[in-house]
Order: sequence, then C-alpha cells, then structure tokens
Amino acid sequence: MKKFNAFIYTLLLFTAISCKKDIIEQTEGIAALNPTTTDINAGDWKTILLSSGAEIAVPAPLPITNPLYIGELNEIKGLQQNISKDQQKQITYWAAGGLLRWNEIMRELVAKYNLPPYQNEDGTYPFPQANNPFAYPLFPFSNPPYAARAYAYIAAAQYDALVAAWHYKKMYNRPAPYKNTTGINAMVTPTDLPSYPSEAAVIAGTTAEMMKLLFPTEIANIEQKAASQQLSMMRAGAATRSDMLAGEALGRAVAQKFIARARLDKTGTPATIGNPDSWTKLTDNALKYNLTPWVSLESPKRPPMLPGFGNVTPILMPANDLIALRPGPPPASGSAQLSKETQEIYDFVKNPSRENIRIAHFWADGVGTYSPPGHWNAIAAKDFIAQNLSEVKWSRNMALLNLCMMDAAIITWDTKYFYFNARPCQVNPAIKTFTGTPNFPAYISGHSTFSAAAATVLGYLTPARAADYNNMANEASRSRLVAGIHFRSDCEEGLKVGKKVGDYFVARGKTDGAQ
Amino acid sequence: MKFLKKNNGKHLLMLAICGFTIIAAKAQTETDALMMKQNELCIAGVYAHNSWSNYWEGTLKRNNANIGSVTSNEYHLMGNYGIKNNLNVMFNVPYITTKASAGTLSGLHGFQDISFAIKWKPLSKKMGAGNLGVFLGTGFSTPLSNYVADFQPLSIGMGSTNFNGRLTVDYLVKRFFVTLSSAYIRRSNIKIDRTTYFTDRQIQSNQVAMPDMLQFNFGTGYRYGRTIAEISLANMTSLNGFDMRRNDMPFPSNRMNATMVGGNIKYNLAKLPALTLQGGASHVVAGRNFGQNTNINAGLLYIINFKKSKN
Repeated sequence: MKKFNAFIYTLLLFTAISCKKDIIEQTEGIAALNPTTTDINAGDWKTILLSSGAEIAVPAPLPITNPLYIGELNEIKGLQQNISKDQQKQITYWAAGGLLRWNEIMRELVAKYNLPPYQNEDGTYPFPQANNPFAYPLFPFSNPPYAARAYAYIAAAQYDALVAAWHYKKMYNRPAPYKNTTGINAMVTPTDLPSYPSEAAVIAGTTAEMMKLLFPTEIANIEQKAASQQLSMMRAGAATRSDMLAGEALGRAVAQKFIARARLDKTGTPATIGNPDSWTKLTDNALKYNLTPWVSLESPKRPPMLPGFGNVTPILMPANDLIALRPGPPPASGSAQLSKETQEIYDFVKNPSRENIRIAHFWADGVGTYSPPGHWNAIAAKDFIAQNLSEVKWSRNMALLNLCMMDAAIITWDTKYFYFNARPCQVNPAIKTFTGTPNFPAYISGHSTFSAAAATVLGYLTPARAADYNNMANEASRSRLVAGIHFRSDCEEGLKVGKKVGDYFVARGKTDGAQ
Repeated sequence: MKFLKKNNGKHLLMLAICGFTIIAAKAQTETDALMMKQNELCIAGVYAHNSWSNYWEGTLKRNNANIGSVTSNEYHLMGNYGIKNNLNVMFNVPYITTKASAGTLSGLHGFQDISFAIKWKPLSKKMGAGNLGVFLGTGFSTPLSNYVADFQPLSIGMGSTNFNGRLTVDYLVKRFFVTLSSAYIRRSNIKIDRTTYFTDRQIQSNQVAMPDMLQFNFGTGYRYGRTIAEISLANMTSLNGFDMRRNDMPFPSNRMNATMVGGNIKYNLAKLPALTLQGGASHVVAGRNFGQNTNINAGLLYIINFKKSKN
C-alpha cells in the first residue's frame, strides 16, 4: 500500500507541476486607451492624399436636444442592460484602442496570407489572382513588399480619415453620450473629445473598405469585426448610432480615394510579377557589373519575387528621389572582398552559437509571419500603448512608420533587381541556412533597409528609445548574416539606404503639425 | 523459463518515434511487460536511424523537393534498475543529429530530452492457461539543453517537459505473449525565439501550448529462453493542435498523429549471459502533420547485479 501511495503522490505531483497551460498574450486585457491629450486641433494636421481634413463633407449632427438624438441615447441605455461576459470582453478589447486592434488584425492577415504558392504539376508556379481571390493560391500572397504596401495604404487612409474626423469633431463639438444624459455608464475612459463623428467608426469604415483592395477574401470577416467594434463602442457609451454612421461613411469615403490611388501605383499582374521573358533579362545588369546572377534555390525553380516592385509609385516620396538612393554595386564575382564575405558567412553557419540562432529566428519574419514591416509595427505598437496617445496621434505615428517602410520596400526591390546578385548559399553551396532562403536576389538586405528606416522614424517619434531602436535594427540586420542568407555588404548598404528613407519621413513628421 | 527467471528485464526496446522531429525518442521499456530483478542494473547503448521523404501536410500526403529526405541519427544511453522485483526505475539520455538531403536548411544536433520513468507491477497472477501481469508507470522527460524547437522539421526535439501516466497489461501463454500499453502524455508549454506566431490565428506570445497526447502500443510475439521476438502496432494521437496550411512549414504544436508498425528481436548470449543484442525497425503507415518515417535500430544491453550474495 505504501508503494501504491507513493506512486499516486508522484503522479499527482507531476500533474500539478505541469498544469499551467494558459497563455496570456501581449495585449490581452490591457487597460482602456487613456490619452494624455485629445489633440483637439488635429483636424489641421497635414493630410496625405486629402487636400485637408475638410475635403470630404460630413453633415452637421442633430442637436443633443433633438428627440431623435435622445432616442439614440435610449438605444445605448438599452444596450447597457444585462451586459454579458462576452459583450464585456469585446468592450475591453476595443476600448484598448481602435488603431492598436486594427493594426494587430492587419498583422494577423499578413501572416495568414504570407505563404508561397505550391507548384503546378509541370513545375511552373501559379500566381494569386486578384480577380479570382478564392481560388488556390488565395489572393494575396502577402510577401514582404506586398505587406509593406498594404500596411502603408491602410495606415495612411486611417490617418487621413482621422484628421478629417477631428476636423468635424472640433467643428460640430457634440459631446460624448454619457455627457448628455444621466444613466449611461462610460465603459471607456471618459473624455472631452467630441464624439461626432466616432473615431472608432472612422477606423472601422476605412479599414473594412480598404480590404476590398488588399485582402478580398477577408471582406466578410473584417466587416463583422468592424460591426462588432461599433456595437461594442456604442454599448460602452462612447458614441451613438449617428456618431457611428457619420464616422463609418467618412472612413469609407477616404478609403475609396486611397483605393483609387493604389490602383494606379503599378502593382499587380503583370507589372510587379513580370513574365518569363522579363525574368531572363534580369541577368543583364548582373553580368555588366561582373556579379554572379541570382538563381532560385528552390526546387522546382520559382520565379523571383515581385521583380517589378521597384517601379511601384510611392505614396508620398517623389519616385525619382527614392530611386536616387540606390547604392553602387556589391563586391564583384571573384573579388577578394566577395571571397572574404562568403567565408564570413560560412564561419557563422558552420558552428552557430545558440545566441546567433536565437537572433536569426527572432528576426526571421519569413513564411507564415507578419513580415519584417509587421515586426516593426509590433515593436511600435508596444511602445505607443505605454505613451497614452490619442487615436489620431497613434494613427499619425503608424502612418509615418508604414509609409516609410513601403518606400524602403520599393528602393530595396529596385536595388535587388537592378543588380540581381546571388546569395551566399548560391555562391557556396556548403553554406546551410537557419531560416528559409528568400527567393529573390541578395543585395540589398530587405531586413536591413526596413529596420533602419523604421528605427529612424521611431527614434524621432520617441527620442528616449532612439538608441534601442538603433540596436534592434542592427541586430535585425545582423540576423541575416548569422542565418546564412546575406553578405555583410547587403546588410551594411541596406542599413544606410534605410536610414536615408527614414530621414525623409522624419522631415515630413517635423512639418505635419502633429509633433 | 531459465531466461525469464535470470534475465528478464534486460529488454530495452528502442522504438524511436520520429515526426517532423523526434518527439518521443526514448526507451519503450515503459510499454513492455518485463522487469529487472531487485538490485540488477541494465545499461544499454542504442543507435537508431530515421528517414522520411513523404509527409502529411495536415492530412494531405506530399513530398518536398526543398528538403528532400530528412534523416536523423539517435544515440541513446539508457539504464533500468530494479529497486524491487516489481518496481523499476529507468532513464534515457539521447543525442541526436538531423539533416535534410536537399534545399538550403541546416541540420541541427545536440542532447535532446533526458527521461526518467518508474514502472511498478502491482499484479501478477495465473489466469486461465497463462499468466496475467498488470503494470502502472509514470514518466518524466525534460530538455537537456536549450535546443531550438521552432525549426521543424530539423529541430532535434519539441522542447517540452512531459509527464506521462501509463497502464500496461500483459498476458503470456506458454511462449507467446500479448501486451497492450496505453499512456496519457501531458506536455508543458514551450518558449520559442520569436514573440509571435500564427497557428490558425496570430498568437502574440513566445509561449506555445503543446497538445497533450495519447499513446497506444500493441505487441505480440514469442518470449522464451534467450529470445524475445515481437511485432507491434503503435499509435500516437494529439488531443488538439492545428493542421499545417498548404505549403507552410511545420510547427511544434501541429496536430501530429501517427500509426506505426514494427518489429524487434532480442537475443541473450549463452556464452556471455550478461549481454543481450537487440535490433528492430518500424514504419509509419498513417499520419497527420507527420513524416512517413522508417526507423531502424540496434543496441547492446549489459546487466550488472549489485547484490549477488542476497536474493
């Protein structure tokens, strides 16, 4: 019996030790957004595509004494009866900040669609079709350039729409529902910010509308989330139905301007994808500069990723200014420099330290992830949460960051396909890698360019963290060396170019009226 | 019966289970019906080789020219000590290397998970024409190093700390036996090097909840004198987890299931009774988020008796 008891106790002990399985996610259950300032004058901030915050008309709201408005207040009182656990959970989720939550949803979408298509029977590859998005391969393949552009268009549209919203908030000055009656419980942080049009609905409407361009298979899903956000914020007492309707309409109208612009920015098939003829011509410059032309290391050989992305029209920066940042050529084939850099990578991967593998994986952001721009959005979001920004300031910061990373993607892809040079594991097949080898040329490193661009902008937005961002960018860049997929010159030049792109957006940030 | 009386328990069947990585490479002495006698220590060295080139992406069977065939080699040092005739403790220390035959991904190597197990035989009695044995067991395994779990299929292991509870029933009639063993494996969360990952949704954490597993093992064969020969059917089933998406990489918390057929043989040397040779093989016949692995293994077992004067 003694033995049996001991056996049972051991079993119980093991079970007890191993019982904790719940994972608390990074932004789960965080406090409601509590801005230190309402940024009431943000309607004057410089817009991106709109001529100003006043460009799109928003009709005047009914006075708060109007019986129809009082009816809307009664609707909120009705919504606040017997709030269920799930409804409360939704309120807590959205009250943390609309910009934050939609940024997280965007990162999730990018991760979900960031999968390279499986090959056809004949060894060729299918491309996702925007006009047939539900057929395999699903549209889009949200690889890093696609993702950078998607984050940028969403962030820029949200920003212009919120600047417009703030313009009308100040102009019409309709207070939040709980200030206009007794009996409405403010389940968000009470604020003096006028509620017409609702910022939550502006963000929901903008984002849902942008999905028609960017993630067409997700429209139904995103519309549900947009509706859930608006209902939750009404239930929380933050805004009435007419605040929501006006906000959503404004958001959608602004999004339509961005969609119209995006349709002319030279993305899509065949502009960014190219064709077998254009792919063979890519070697011309490589040979001219005495470089080893890149070949796909996948089997069967996959066409290079988005060779035309370097021609995409930036949203803000003049295209010629951006392309002027393209650096000179990388070390030539057969040069002592290339041989030295190849040996360096071989030494890294031959006997990698655990720390180097950690760095490679921490920053890998490859297949099935939110991509490097998504990683920098996550880094930014974490810091913005701590800063108690208004929704419009959140949006402005995210817009600067993502516009900058889209341009980093354009100049990186331009440079990659201008020189079209090989990666270390092509030059020396003994080099094995600690992350998947990206299916495009090496020079310059996208991680390095994205990261230096992002760190420059974030360092401007939060000067106290500038050195940290810089260190992170350097580590992200270095991660590609120790992973075995980039040469040192890819990374160093990428960091330099990224910094220059970042500087342009810092200059913009200094003059947009928001800092 | 001489063999069983003197030497039973030196059996350490190595049936390495290899999914996208080796997820339960350990002595399957926990699943068998043999015990070391009191004060006897069995030390074993076992080598196993695993290889697969087809795998199940979710439930879709495919190959992948970007990894070719994935092979791994396992080197195990194992021990089994008889505290009492009906109470044994065991350990296993595996060293593992992995490699892909195609593509650019690097293989990895290192010490995987140390495991300990207790095996207790509360019941042994004559029943009908044969003898019935009932065994209860519990086991524990934990990584010996901070190896990389999030590099499937080339990681050397899954990185979780596991506990299991096991029930084994054995029935021996003359020289033939049937053994049925089942276990529940509780797996801890693991920490990966990234701060977020996508399963069927984005999870913003570096922690990964690993599916618990059920394991069944059915063996039957010949057990007499110096020889044990067995054929087996084994199954492991994840109780949750997610399917790999089309053309995605595998991940530690995938729903990994597998059914394996195998066989093994052990032979105790007449001229050197402390020494036993063993060999075996197994093959995955059905799976989900799992490599269609073929395993071959061979080992040497040596018995030391610490108290010859007693007993």
